[in-house]
Amino acid sequence: MPNAHEVLFRTLADPTRRALFERLCRDGEQTVGALTAGAKVSQPAVSKHLGVLKQAGLVRDRHEGRQTHYSAQLGALAPLIDWTSQMAGFWQNRFDHLEDLLKRMDQ
Amino acid sequence: MSDTATETRAVVIEREISHPPEKIWRALTQPHLIEEWLMKSDFKPVVGHGFNFRADWGTVDCQVRTVEPNRTLSYTWAAHGLESVVTWTLTPSSTGTHLRMEQTGFRPDQQQAYQGAKYGWPKFFAALEQALARAD
Repeated sequence: MPNAHEVLFRTLADPTRRALFERLCRDGEQTVGALTAGAKVSQPAVSKHLGVLKQAGLVRDRHEGRQTHYSAQLGALAPLIDWTSQMAGFWQNRFDHLEDLLKRMDQ
Repeated sequence: MSDTATETRAVVIEREISHPPEKIWRALTQPHLIEEWLMKSDFKPVVGHGFNFRADWGTVDCQVRTVEPNRTLSYTWAAHGLESVVTWTLTPSSTGTHLRMEQTGFRPDQQQAYQGAKYGWPKFFAALEQALARAD
């Protein structure tokens, strides 16, 4: 079984799929029809991409009448993220700025 | 089955700084100085004071928890639905000050929104940032 990183990278490497996912993140839950209206591909193609996103855990579908609504699952991005090292990078950078400031305060 | 100690993570940065604690304290507590190295804020060194840090990527909501002049400063740090505590400790040393910053209290399940917004694939996540902020 491929690891979580591989699945996510492969899934989001496709620009059409990435655009669909970004739209769901930006605009919230959408029907396939609404997503197709904003995409440059046909409805079957959009449905297929949504299926791949769903398999990767990046979207969830909800059936309501004849419509299927899709929403982004931000939690699925977690494996891409090494929180502690990133936050440490932020603070290291701020420490550098702090030291620069302390030098300027002497003058 | 949950253990707070294992479910939270901490970031610790420590550095020897060739300036006295009193001077570093000013840089940590005076808004016009804080702005120069961290972010714009309406900080006041008063326990219970609520304030913000403001950056182009968003706002961090904070509340002062501990103020021991020239020694310890701590405030809560909440951004994008993510809560933690930042604690500064100043210890005099032979060359100046040993400065320690510890940020703690994040749970792993809180991480993705903030981190997804801030880091990772810069272009992709840059586009998501506003959406993530609204998603909270």
